[in-house]
Amino acid sequence: MTTAPALMSFDEALERFDPVMGLEVHVELNTVTKMFCGCPTEFGAAPNTQVCPTCLGLPGAMPVVNGKAVESAIRIGLALNCNIATWCRFARKNYFYPDMPKNFQTSQYDEPIAYDGWTEVEVDGETFRVEIERAHMEEDTGKSLHVGTSGRIHGADYSLVDYNRAGIPLIEIVTKPIVGTREKAPQVARAYVAHLRELLLSLGVSDVRMEQGSLRCDVNLSLKRRDDERFGTRTETKNVNSLRSVERAVRYEIGRQAARLSDGDSVVQETRHWHEDTGVTTSGREKSDAEDYRYFPEPDLVPVAPDDAWVEELRGTLPEPPREHRARLQKEWGFSDLEMRDTVGAGALNLVEETVAAGATPAAARKWWLSDLARRANERGVDLSDLGVSPTDVARVQELVDEGKINDKLARQVFDGVIAGEGTPDEVVASRGLAVVSDEGALSDAVDRAIDANPDVAEKIRAGKVAAAGALIGAVMKEMRGQADAGRVRELILEKLG
Amino acid sequence: MSHPIRRTAAELADALAAGETTSVELTEAHLARIDAVDVEVHAFLHVDRAGALEQARESDERRAAGRSVGPLDGVPVAVKDVLTTKGLPTTCGSRILENWVPPYDATVVTRLRQAGLPILGKTNMDEFAMGSSTEHSAYGPTRNPWDLDRIPGGSGGGSAAAVAAFEAPFAIGTDTGGSIRQPGAVTGTVGVKPTYGGVSRYGLVALANSLDQAGPVTRTILDAALLHEVIGGHDPLDSTSIDQPVPPLVEAARQGAAGDMKGLRVGVVKELTGEGYQPGVQARFDEAVQLLVDAGAAVVEVSCPHFVHALAAYYLILPSEASSNLAKFDAMRYGLRVYPEGIADPNAEEVMRATRDAGFGDEVKRRIILGTYALSSGYYDAYYGQAQKVRTLISRDFAAAFEAADVLVSPTAPTTAFKLGEKLDDPVAMYLNDIATIPANLAGVPGLSLPSGLAEEDGLPAGFQILAPAMADDRLYRVGAALEAALLDRWGGPLLDSAPALAETPKEAVR
Amino acid sequence: MPDITRDEVAHLADLARIDLSDAELDHLAPQLAVILDSIRSISEVAAEDIPPTSHPMPLTNVFREDLPRPCLTAEEALSGAPQVEEQRFAVPRILGEDA
Repeated sequence: MTTAPALMSFDEALERFDPVMGLEVHVELNTVTKMFCGCPTEFGAAPNTQVCPTCLGLPGAMPVVNGKAVESAIRIGLALNCNIATWCRFARKNYFYPDMPKNFQTSQYDEPIAYDGWTEVEVDGETFRVEIERAHMEEDTGKSLHVGTSGRIHGADYSLVDYNRAGIPLIEIVTKPIVGTREKAPQVARAYVAHLRELLLSLGVSDVRMEQGSLRCDVNLSLKRRDDERFGTRTETKNVNSLRSVERAVRYEIGRQAARLSDGDSVVQETRHWHEDTGVTTSGREKSDAEDYRYFPEPDLVPVAPDDAWVEELRGTLPEPPREHRARLQKEWGFSDLEMRDTVGAGALNLVEETVAAGATPAAARKWWLSDLARRANERGVDLSDLGVSPTDVARVQELVDEGKINDKLARQVFDGVIAGEGTPDEVVASRGLAVVSDEGALSDAVDRAIDANPDVAEKIRAGKVAAAGALIGAVMKEMRGQADAGRVRELILEKLG
Repeated sequence: MSHPIRRTAAELADALAAGETTSVELTEAHLARIDAVDVEVHAFLHVDRAGALEQARESDERRAAGRSVGPLDGVPVAVKDVLTTKGLPTTCGSRILENWVPPYDATVVTRLRQAGLPILGKTNMDEFAMGSSTEHSAYGPTRNPWDLDRIPGGSGGGSAAAVAAFEAPFAIGTDTGGSIRQPGAVTGTVGVKPTYGGVSRYGLVALANSLDQAGPVTRTILDAALLHEVIGGHDPLDSTSIDQPVPPLVEAARQGAAGDMKGLRVGVVKELTGEGYQPGVQARFDEAVQLLVDAGAAVVEVSCPHFVHALAAYYLILPSEASSNLAKFDAMRYGLRVYPEGIADPNAEEVMRATRDAGFGDEVKRRIILGTYALSSGYYDAYYGQAQKVRTLISRDFAAAFEAADVLVSPTAPTTAFKLGEKLDDPVAMYLNDIATIPANLAGVPGLSLPSGLAEEDGLPAGFQILAPAMADDRLYRVGAALEAALLDRWGGPLLDSAPALAETPKEAVR
Repeated sequence: MPDITRDEVAHLADLARIDLSDAELDHLAPQLAVILDSIRSISEVAAEDIPPTSHPMPLTNVFREDLPRPCLTAEEALSGAPQVEEQRFAVPRILGEDA
């Protein structure tokens, strides 16, 4: 292993260089079947059980385009304000790799289905426009498992390949170079990917589960000297697979490249690998000029030529654009600008929206997602949506609180249980015995014991100093280990001493 | 009744329908013929004795129960080894696929099975259909039944020789640049390349996807029409398949056989006759044109000026597509795996390289490298891009010619069968065999070859090619049947009756 | 268009993952040069304004409905594999981009 490269501090790097980013996002579509054959796309099946002659690349087999995937590609293009090609083709990208059954990837080359679009993302109240170069259709590869001492490709004795993922439809969305983001570059990158995720989710075209690889991001980054118009040499950091990592990878590459350039070294044009655990990128394959994919139109497929009627019909199916959507929600929910920005910034907009849809009040939904749950996600280093708590869960917990079956303190324990995989909130309440004690007899006995143990406090209350009741409530709650409705305890104390 | 193997498929179908014979009897007769002559001819790479007899038995049972599934139910057929057959080896004549048994049937094979045709076996071919002589088969050449020292044409020499040697009533071939028609010409048989998209390519191991087409290899025009109707028609598994009904071909063949060609305009393609064509081939062609005139057709000369570039365009498009198609043969998922010598712990790349070197023959390597070159950055526009433009020009030539004529005609191949080994190391000379057949593949139009007689200088068969506009395959059958009838009349019987008898290997010597 | 050199053939064979021996290179390179020579005329044929034909039939928009079809069984899928382990294709160690 090479020694860790020098890094320049982020602030210093930004003083001397402007980052230029290009983001390539691969999205797995959630079609029922693969891009070019009728094999199911379901995740997690036994190895090599979702394959056919076509996706296995058997001699003689032929591809047929999944119309639903084309439809999804066009909808994504439209949502990103792209032009939709009136005529485009698939092309073969020829290179040898054992994960790829045909040793070419059926993709699109110079004729993407969607091109020249734009979208906007917000960071700290500032809007950044991101130009979209293209969105094109292609297919995924199989997955190899490396058997050997190190458990990685290099040094593995052999590999085991499962082609269930081969042929899953992918849309690759490529931005034009993103410039002028300065110190916000890492956040803009993250916000862009978060925004895409939100958009794709609202379109219903993908599950966008980064942890399952259904949304993957490659980060291209170069640094431009502040006194120079020319772009620097870029690196391509592959497989940055969480929102946090996108931000961290951009920040890391800025520091690394700045250090190299300042030391008089050049940045090598190469593929780099992102390491989630250590938060660094390492050198991968050098991009050589000899790399020659020998693209040519796929002769087994015919051109895709969406007519206006079809494109307009699909345009009619687009959901409300995120910006308008946010404005409408803010009004409906009565959030302040700051509350709304925090909600969006935490990546909780959809979660809050779905929680409200599941029956919670907007304020309650925001409270849970942005405080307790955000803290837990942060502790675990995962995105909020990957925490393992669903909007339905949150709404149900709030409902239990409102019904007096649990209190806020117990609610936090319920969330712990849900995150730990112990089941639904109701199941966690049952299995952990978290329900507040509503047995009047037990509660009454506990109050009596508290009064007996604190005669001076009881006397004050009898004398009309109602505020003193807090001490008795605390004692009762302590005895009940928190599983009592504090309001009812208070009522009982006042009844007995009134 | 004459020996069943000498009868046409149509006659066998009639005999089955009349209860004069059984499918088992016919299948056994052909298997016996294969045993007797294939040691010399080597038309088959794999004979499926048990499977064919089982399918024949089932056919006989269906017939006995009154549930025959079509006119050819029970008539055995041979299939070129480039079409996948579930449970039957499919090698494409290549070492790299030795012993590969596909887990699925090509659509053409599915349709043969659905129509009740027992499959006798898989026929020999140039490796991955690259060649015009069947000498590029990794399993040894097929020999021409007319002269065992000569080539049977290629790439489908196995199917043509099997039919010419009466080892099968008919067979399936594939034609990328003439691989059905040219073997037909040099073996005195009939071969048809349907309109591109007219027959499904699903399960046809691709040589050049935009040129390949499967079709019938037979001894008569009517048999070709019968077989074409079985395998033709739309297939949702092939995106390039035409979603329209196949025109009535059998009907066209029967009408044509009546011989009335009045009103037909026959275009002789100037660029595909004369110089470079063997005198006896040219003479038989001229006589055949005269027979069409005698039957009432009008002859016009048409010019297709861009045909002279067809060969160059073809030898850019084909290797380009082929180099990509053949990338899948990499020792990972199926087929041969060869470990390189002298490397202790080879990686996947090294195993791929060693396997592809050991598994592919010279011609395949030549074309893969040529295709890799034509597609590589810096050369794409000059070669592949330019070839596709030439393709447009050739299609325009056809369109103009079909304004002036209903069908176009030419000799199928410039010469009769040459000697084995004669052109093996001279690729350009070998490529010239396909000069007259290639334009049809580039434009996607259908073409048919039928025997026009024997060239006087060597006594070997010559072929007559008929070309029609896309989707007008029926014209091939109408005109072909008329010419066939006139020729049979002139010859007093089938041309194959003049072929020398093949020495039969005694039964005990076989296996 | 320049003549194809022996080195160039070696490079193309490398791109095509074929381990050509020196003897094979000596044999194939001149043959390829002859073939290329015979097709060289192509570059002078078609004018700028001629559209390329990638396909003989002008079909467009051939799509499949998003409905599952039967898959092969794992046994069928793996039936031709040179080596199988844990219901997967066992292949020699992969040197490559994704670590």
